[in-house]
This record gives sequence, structure tokens and C-alpha cells, in this order.
Amino acid sequence: MHTIYLDHAATTPMDPRVVEVMQPYFIDVAGNPSSFHTVGLRAKEAVTEARQTIARLLSAREDEILFTSGGTESDNLAVMGIVKAQRQAILSFCHSRAGGNPSDGSPGLRFATPEDDKKPHVMTSAIEHHAVLEPLLHLQKIGEIELTVLPVNREGLVAIKDVRTALKLSTVLVSIMFANNEIGTIEPIADIGREILAWRKEHITPYPLFHTDACQAAGAIELNVEKLHVDLLTMNGSKIYGPKGVGILYIRRGIKIEPLMRGGGQERNIRSGTENVPAIVGLAKAFELVQENRETENARLIKLRDRLAEGLLKIPKTRFNGHPTDRLPNCVNISFMDIEGEAAMLYLDAQGIMISTGSACASSSLDPSHVILATGLSYEAAHGSLRFSLGHSTTKEDVDFVIAVMPKIVERLRQMSPVNLDMKYFN
Amino acid sequence: MNPITPATTDARKGDVVAPTKEKGWFYTDTVKDHFFHPKNFLDGEEDYKDAYLGMVGSPACGDAMKVWLRINKGTDGVERITEFKWKTFGCASAIASTSMLSVMVTENEGLTLEEALKLRPQQIMERLGGLPNRKVHCSVLGDKALRSAINDYYRKTEQTDKIIVEQGRIIDKVLKITDHDIEEAVLEGADTLEKIQHKTKVGTGDPSCIPEVEQLLRFYKEKYFGS
Ligand code: FES
Repeated sequence: MHTIYLDHAATTPMDPRVVEVMQPYFIDVAGNPSSFHTVGLRAKEAVTEARQTIARLLSAREDEILFTSGGTESDNLAVMGIVKAQRQAILSFCHSRAGGNPSDGSPGLRFATPEDDKKPHVMTSAIEHHAVLEPLLHLQKIGEIELTVLPVNREGLVAIKDVRTALKLSTVLVSIMFANNEIGTIEPIADIGREILAWRKEHITPYPLFHTDACQAAGAIELNVEKLHVDLLTMNGSKIYGPKGVGILYIRRGIKIEPLMRGGGQERNIRSGTENVPAIVGLAKAFELVQENRETENARLIKLRDRLAEGLLKIPKTRFNGHPTDRLPNCVNISFMDIEGEAAMLYLDAQGIMISTGSACASSSLDPSHVILATGLSYEAAHGSLRFSLGHSTTKEDVDFVIAVMPKIVERLRQMSPVNLDMKYFN
Repeated sequence: MNPITPATTDARKGDVVAPTKEKGWFYTDTVKDHFFHPKNFLDGEEDYKDAYLGMVGSPACGDAMKVWLRINKGTDGVERITEFKWKTFGCASAIASTSMLSVMVTENEGLTLEEALKLRPQQIMERLGGLPNRKVHCSVLGDKALRSAINDYYRKTEQTDKIIVEQGRIIDKVLKITDHDIEEAVLEGADTLEKIQHKTKVGTGDPSCIPEVEQLLRFYKEKYFGS
């Protein structure tokens, strides 16, 4: 059976050109970059070159790129590392400001509650990846931070004015994802970045720092840290036809961050551990390739994406999830009412079509997708949400095949379902 | 893209045999068969308005199920379930276990009500060749819907004395948490006291019930997961 892989947001297959450049570093040039002999030096050069490539594509500096084991580690490092490192700094800063200028009427120097006074404040959005949300919830639970989780609108967008309202002097970090992995909505990162810059200037403070998780965005959007006004940026190989288990954290020069892993002192002592040389080389190549072909591939995917969405939305009792235009070129997320997503996914699987669902039944925690719920949909609608994420291999024939088989599957599952939701609640 | 070779039969086995060696949540071939070719589901409810109706919803993942029964006296004068129709909103496991239950209840001449009431989710799971641990709670649904439909029959045939009301026994007197709530939590995957408390808050108001909660936890874990 012909396999139609429409789960590129989960992970992409590797680009053969990426595999090729990685090849020498498995056996021939397999030195440890920390070794001073020739093979070690060759490996070190490869890492340096990869770092330069990535820095160039991000408009960053070489020493601002830190290699990690992937998106989850980068997100964790950004969140935990900044909170831990800034905790002392922000306290002394706030106290000196609060204590030093009580008479000159500087705004915002008094804290709302004694509790706030003690804790750094972090802001994030309700649709973040678990790799950001979970460490933050953990820090909140153990009493290390005060956390604000910003809501999103129906389309999954964070409102800039909500960011502004929630900012306070104790805010150390704002972490908002660039593009959402489930519904594909692209957040106004540059605008939020500008807002934060303005706030920092107005309040004469270096905080908050601004982090964005750009894993899903990296294959489709220009990532220029200057234009985006971000201080930290997470990106990985597994969504851009690169290797899995490798990622970067961009950390703007001068920012202090507390390591999660201590050891041999690699990566400027922030991330110890022998560099994964082949993966690092592959990541740089993959990033270069997707960025080079971005415009042509986006144009091709957008056509397919819209064709697929249009075809599927002809099925009665469906609801489109995500932003109609500010959305990744490869993402279609639709709720099919009255049916359960895991069942639909397996019926599609039997036809050779690989997709994913936000249904509770398909998650290990039995919780429906927090992203779909955050856009204001009910449990039932989250249960029936399916994500089709297109990629390099997707053709028009694939899309047409999905459009052809989907109505039958939905009809079949609806025949079996006792649920009959009224669409007036979803439009 | 190259066609993908299907997973080996072994990888598709449920893990009910060895819950410790969980192999993800792939389904057995029997589950797949009932999922792709469900037996006895009801398409259109008009003809079954007079049947005995049972309904349940699962708090775990928000699924729902309806069951319609026809009950007739057999040649021996005993009441038997001759028809079992259903509809379910749920995953592959919920669909397959309801389908299997409908077969088990109606095969041969049909079960007597006493026999049907004695059916346990484990028996359905066995016939299915096992379900992954985190899918066990779906297999309980059909069983509950069946009980609710049998109660409907007793109600409509004025045998109200036979109606079995599943009233939980109160464990936490302050928060009014019953043994059913604990059972529900275990089925949803809570396998430690902490996880049960996370779901139910049991014992936060009345810590004296905690030993009993731990006992129930062991009991239900053994009952549903064999560990
Ligand atoms: S019905 Fe939700 S997990 Fe089975």
C-alpha cells in the first residue's frame, strides 16, 4: 500500500542530502571535538562550521548558538536556566530600585503582594508545547515562580495587549511559541518582542527576557533574531528534515543562564557533554536547506494545504481549527464532530494515511489537546480533532486521495456514534 | 515514499498477558477485526424505540455509549437477551470491546439476565486477546451500559425489586468520595496513592481513610491490571 505520511508536525523524514553530509562523521571523522589530535580537530572544525551556518541563518553571532539534545532540552534550559540565573539578579535589582527611588515617583516599584515580591514572574501562553509548559508548571508548583498563562483567541493568537497588561517589574521571562504544533497558528513574535523592548526601555530594566520556541516555524518562516527581538530561541532538527535528538538554543550575548547539565564544560560551560558531531552537522545542513527553499516550498504547500482544507470542510459538521491565514503552510487541523479522533486516525491508517489527533483517547494522560481546548472548543470537539501536516513528499494526488476517503470514514464512525452535537455551538 | 512494512504480529499484541512488559498500545488482531467490522451496532434508532435502553458516559475521556436490548423468554421460559445493539463515541478499544460484548451476550441462545449481570470486563478483554493497560477503562463501559439497560428492563416490566443501584460506599466522609470514585481513578491510570489523590483529593479532608484507600488501590489494581 502507498503510504501517505501527513504527520510532518510530529517529525519529518530526513532529507537524503542531510544524511549524506553527516556520513563522514560516524566512522571516518569520529573524534571528540575536545581532543587536540587531528581527528579531534577535524570534528571540532565541523562543529564550528555548523555553528557558523546556523548563526548566519539566524543573524546571530557564533557564540550565541548552543547545541543541545533537541527542542525539549532547549526549552527546559531556556525556562529553568533563566529563572534560576535571574532569580538573584532580579531580586537585587528590584530591591535596589524599590529601595533607592521611593521618592521620585518611578512607576511600578511597589509590588502587589508580599508573595510577588519574593518570586520571579514568568509569562507564557496556553498553547505552548509541553516542553515549555511543564517545566514552568513545575517551577510554579515548587514555589519558585509566579506564572501567568496568557489565553489565546479562537484562532489561537495571543493578544499583544494581554502581554503588556501582564508585564510587571518582577517579570523575568516571557516565553511564547513562534508557530503552534497542533493548529499551526503563527504568533506575532516580532510585535511581542517590540512590545517587550519598549517596556524594558520605559522601565529601565533588562527584564523580561523573551524566549520563543521556533521548532515548528524553522522550516517555514525566516528566523532572524534581530527582527524578532528575541533573546532566546529554540529550534531542532526533527521538524526540518534533519536528525532527531539535536537542537539549538540561541542565547543573546551577555545573558546569564544556569546550566542544567554540568560536566566537561562543553558549550561554554552551559551544556556539558561530548558534542553529537554528525547530528550537529546534519542540523546545520537541514536548516540551510529548508531556509534556502523556503519560498518555493511554502508556495507549493500552501496550495496543497488549502486544497485539503477546502475538500475536508465540505464534510458536514466540521470545524476548522487555527488561524485561516497566519498559519504554517503545511498544517490543516479540523474537528469532525460526533466522532473520536483515535478511531478516525486508525481508519485512516488502514488506508495508508498517517495523521495525528488531539483526542483524549490517544494521549497517555487521557486529556484532550490543551491547544484545542485553549481556542475555546469543548472536549467533544477536541476529541474529534485531526491534524494533517504536509511535507516534502506530499503530492496533489495524496491530498485528493485523503479528500476522497475521508467522507466515508467519518460517515461510518458517525453511524456508530450516539453523539449528535448541535453545530450552533461551534460556529 | 516506500511502503512501510506492517508491524509484526508480536508487536501488535495487547499487553494484558504481561502488563509489566508494556508494548505500547497496539491492538490485537481480534480488536482490529471488531474495530474495522463492528458487530451489532445500531444504525438509526427508530426501530428500537421500544427496546430497553442503557446509557453511560466515561469521565475518563469523555466518551459515551448507548445500548439497546431485546429480552425474550426462551423455549425453557427463561428470559434471555436476544438482541444487543449499541452506539459508542470512543476509541478503537471502546468500539471493539462493545462489539465483542454484544457478541458474547447474544451468542448461542443469548445470555440469561443473571448470566449477563455476572459478565466482567476481564472476560471481554480475554476474548479480545488483551487490551493495553491504558485502554482498560474503555472495556468497562459496555459492561456498565449493559447493566443500565437491564435495569431499564426491570423498571419497565415492574420488577423494581431486582433493580441494582450501584451505590458507592463512602470512603472519605468529608469529601464524600466513594469506592467507585477510587475505582474510576485506578481505571484512568492512577496507580499510586499520590495519583489517586491528584484525581480525587481523597483523604485531604479526612486523612483517617487513607489506609482504606491504599487497600482499595491494591484491590482494583489487582482486579483490572493483575498487579
Ligand atoms: S474511549 Fe477514550 S480511551 Fe477508549
